[in-house]
Amino acid sequence: MSRFNDSNVTLAKEIIGRFPRPKSAVIPLLHLAQEQDGYVTRDAMSHIAELVNVTTAEVYGTATFYEMFKFEPIGKYCVNVCTNIACQLVGGWELLEHAEEKLGIKAGSTTEDGLFTIEDVECIAACTEAPAIQVNYRYRYKVTAENLDQLIDDLRAGRLADEIPPHGTLARVRQRTTDTWANTGIEAQAKVDAR
Amino acid sequence: MSDVNDTEVQETPVVVKTTLSITVDGRAHEAEPGQLLIDACEDAGSYVPRFCYHPRMEPVGMCRQCLVEVEGPRGPMMVVSCMTPVAEGQVARTETPSVKRAQEGVLELLLANHPLDCPVCDKGGECPLQDQAFSHGPGESRFVEEKRHYEKPIPISDLVFLDRERCILCDRCTRFADEVAGDPLISFTQRGNNTQVNTFPDEPFASYFSGNTVQICPVGALTAKPYRFKARPWDLEQRESTCTTCSVGCRTVIQSSRDELLRYQGSDSDAVNWGWLCDKGRFNFENVNSEDRLEQPLMRDGSNLVPSTWSQASAAVAEALKTGTTAILGGARGTNEDAFAWARLADALGIQMRDPQLSDGLPTEVFGLPSASIEEAANATTIIVIAPDLKEELPVLYLRLRDAAEKRRSRILEFTAVSTGLTKYSWKSVPTEPGLQASTVRNTLGEATVREQLGKGNVVVVVGRASLAESADHTVAALSAVLAEVPGAKVLPVVRRGNVRGAVAAGLGSNTNATEILTAAAAGKLDTLVLLGADPIADFPDTDLARRAISAVRNVISLDTFLTESTARASVVLPASAYGEKEGTTTNLEGRVTSVAQKVTARGTSRADWMVAVDIARRLNVDLGFDSVESIQRAMIATTVFAPMADGGANTREGVLIDQPAMSLPTVSATAGTHSSYDLRLVVSRRMYDQGASTAHSPSLVGLAQRNVLRVNSADLARIGVASGTSVRATSSKASVSVTVEADDSVGRGVAHLTFNAPGINAGDLIDVNASVNDIKVETL
Ligand code: SF4
Ligand code: SF4
Ligand code: FES
Ligand code: FES
Repeated sequence: MSRFNDSNVTLAKEIIGRFPRPKSAVIPLLHLAQEQDGYVTRDAMSHIAELVNVTTAEVYGTATFYEMFKFEPIGKYCVNVCTNIACQLVGGWELLEHAEEKLGIKAGSTTEDGLFTIEDVECIAACTEAPAIQVNYRYRYKVTAENLDQLIDDLRAGRLADEIPPHGTLARVRQRTTDTWANTGIEAQAKVDAR
Repeated sequence: MSDVNDTEVQETPVVVKTTLSITVDGRAHEAEPGQLLIDACEDAGSYVPRFCYHPRMEPVGMCRQCLVEVEGPRGPMMVVSCMTPVAEGQVARTETPSVKRAQEGVLELLLANHPLDCPVCDKGGECPLQDQAFSHGPGESRFVEEKRHYEKPIPISDLVFLDRERCILCDRCTRFADEVAGDPLISFTQRGNNTQVNTFPDEPFASYFSGNTVQICPVGALTAKPYRFKARPWDLEQRESTCTTCSVGCRTVIQSSRDELLRYQGSDSDAVNWGWLCDKGRFNFENVNSEDRLEQPLMRDGSNLVPSTWSQASAAVAEALKTGTTAILGGARGTNEDAFAWARLADALGIQMRDPQLSDGLPTEVFGLPSASIEEAANATTIIVIAPDLKEELPVLYLRLRDAAEKRRSRILEFTAVSTGLTKYSWKSVPTEPGLQASTVRNTLGEATVREQLGKGNVVVVVGRASLAESADHTVAALSAVLAEVPGAKVLPVVRRGNVRGAVAAGLGSNTNATEILTAAAAGKLDTLVLLGADPIADFPDTDLARRAISAVRNVISLDTFLTESTARASVVLPASAYGEKEGTTTNLEGRVTSVAQKVTARGTSRADWMVAVDIARRLNVDLGFDSVESIQRAMIATTVFAPMADGGANTREGVLIDQPAMSLPTVSATAGTHSSYDLRLVVSRRMYDQGASTAHSPSLVGLAQRNVLRVNSADLARIGVASGTSVRATSSKASVSVTVEADDSVGRGVAHLTFNAPGINAGDLIDVNASVNDIKVETL
């Protein structure tokens, strides 16, 4: 359970400044919270409510509408295996079973070391490349059991750390607008802030 | 013939048509511009089924039950009638086969996930879903799959339970919380088939108005603790009445079964409450049913109060009133008839000293100023508020003024020492300090932007006693300052107890106020003190003076529903019948007289106050000229003030306004020195739930009263060098108490706030009622 840390409070305030109404920043701030802790904590939701001056119930109502916000701790890598029709026809189910066996957990749960969560998902819009899976929403196409094993081993060994950040991080390149723009409404100066 | 005929100029009178002609189910109808089709159809005699639409809230088109057909350029078109405004020439049909099919379809879908546990549901029998499934539904379900399951009712607050299986997601409760109450603490969560109303985990729906959601929920999803499983709707009997808990005077329906009050519902009065009630007014019927009610007269025998009979007790009271100096305190909690009977008895016996307020209100002259109704206040261009926190003390008035600000009809200009519920809706909230209100008002009204605002239209001043720790003179001075600047302003006086205005109009006021009465009593100059439902020890601002007064009076005669600290010292205690147990009328803060209904038999041998007055008069051979509610009302109508009641208007839902003689404000010299930098100026105000009888004897409410803490601005706390949450010693000219201090920036600089009559330390101990203001010193222990 944690609120935003100091640097994220600064970032949160900057994000709020981009919108005409503070309330509009709720979703970007939820992403920020998920990035900080891997999932959206209750304290973070309370903190967001304070920052944008709405009630916690309003933040909660908005947050829970979206499946991609998690409210319980989740693995560092969230593996989504598609079992919808196109994938199913070319082995989606088998792939899911394979993943379950490989990690020793059922879909919907997390490995004891906190590294992996498996989810059984509906169509992720990659039917032409079926069967498809995602790891932290990064795609892998035409996945075979061997690919999957390799992927999991690579993730475990940290070999994919550059490509796949921990769950919650949407992007490691943050586009941000300078304060000058937020306060004056003059021309946007996009600034790339590599983290 | 020329084809241009310019010789015949037709003289058509200019008729400005203010209605729109529409056709509903083949009948011509004139509708109001801006009206929604659903309402116009109903006015035209065709009721359209609905779940989410509520006339006092914005339409959202959530349930789709109100589909009707409207003739369009390409033939009939199905529209959602709660989202469609009427238009000239509109042709609507509410009962065609396709409308019927559509309505049946919507109902079938709503019922697909509905548990259909009507036999064990509190709503069964008065449930719009049940009723409309019967009148507009398909009759049979095709749904054989497993329904949605949730844990059966979960408490979403101390008072309200939510059964998510029964919820049809109409958005009424959530809209009410956000739009009407301004407490969006419940929200739709999750989505799709999992959508459910809920609170944030462990943050309850703690709204003063939560009971309204239970009343407007169109199914049994929301139920209120005090009524759960108490009765079936068809066993309830009901009468329309008026809530007398505070002076807003909300219209209610009081319901009982087997001679026991079981539920109050809001009744929709345009002039007053728009159908809403606050939770205190809605749920405090429990105190009427309390085991602790006084059921028979008590008389003093040495140090004990022992049960007695009415004949003995009344004889003793008559004897006491015959001689010596007598004063009457209270009478503002009863009906107009109660107050009138006692005032006439006092006239006959030459009892001069009377006051229905306990020096916690305003001088009665404010009632004689050009007065504004609630409706006028809520439609004024500028509302100036110099009053206690209306959300705490006059909750439904708060809703009306909040609505005025939110819908941008009015701008609120507030003067207050401590932020109030209205602060965030105010156009300008000006911090002020007790004693300095008049000069703050003068300075503010002199500002150019404020002048400009005041010049934009009519101005209503909502005025009341913001703090019990300061003289009423400061409020009067502030009001005079407004009236000097804005002579056309109308005044809405906010008084606390339900029937202060009625009691004053009936003659229970006098030139001697409660402070003077209690001072005389404490000095041994009073032989008899009659307490009409008054408990000075708990309710008078200066507890020390009240205590000394009560113990110095030889005969304290108390007419009350419960034993209180004051009645415990009485020589005679008479059991009074309570709200719901007696018939009559009451007068709200606007001077609106409405009816109060008897629904159940009075408890034990208790009697209405007026009966006691009539009985005592008879024993003293005084002819009051009345002996029933009707004959008292006839005598009232013969007076100028109550004459407007003559045509029976008090029995209508909107009631009738009394005719108050004009008076002007007393001139006051309200000066208060500035306090030393070591001291804080004390502000003492009330909260909705306190230790008052109606909360304390209602099991569902008693736990809601919060313990007293001393609230101080964090900057002042830092200056004094005290940490928030620690115990400190607070010392006034009267007493020194130890209390927990809390940093709270809604309290202005230089000010300290305590709650009156709250559990924990008693603020009244610190107050000197004769001081212009009260300052306290705060030190670490
Ligand atoms: S709980 Fe009742 S009022 Fe609230 S959305 Fe559900 S059905 Fe409507
Ligand atoms: S606002 Fe006053 S009159 Fe209305 S319900 Fe509440 S206590 Fe009763
Ligand atoms: S069905 Fe798997 S991506 Fe579409
Ligand atoms: S009443 Fe019109 S959509 Fe619900």
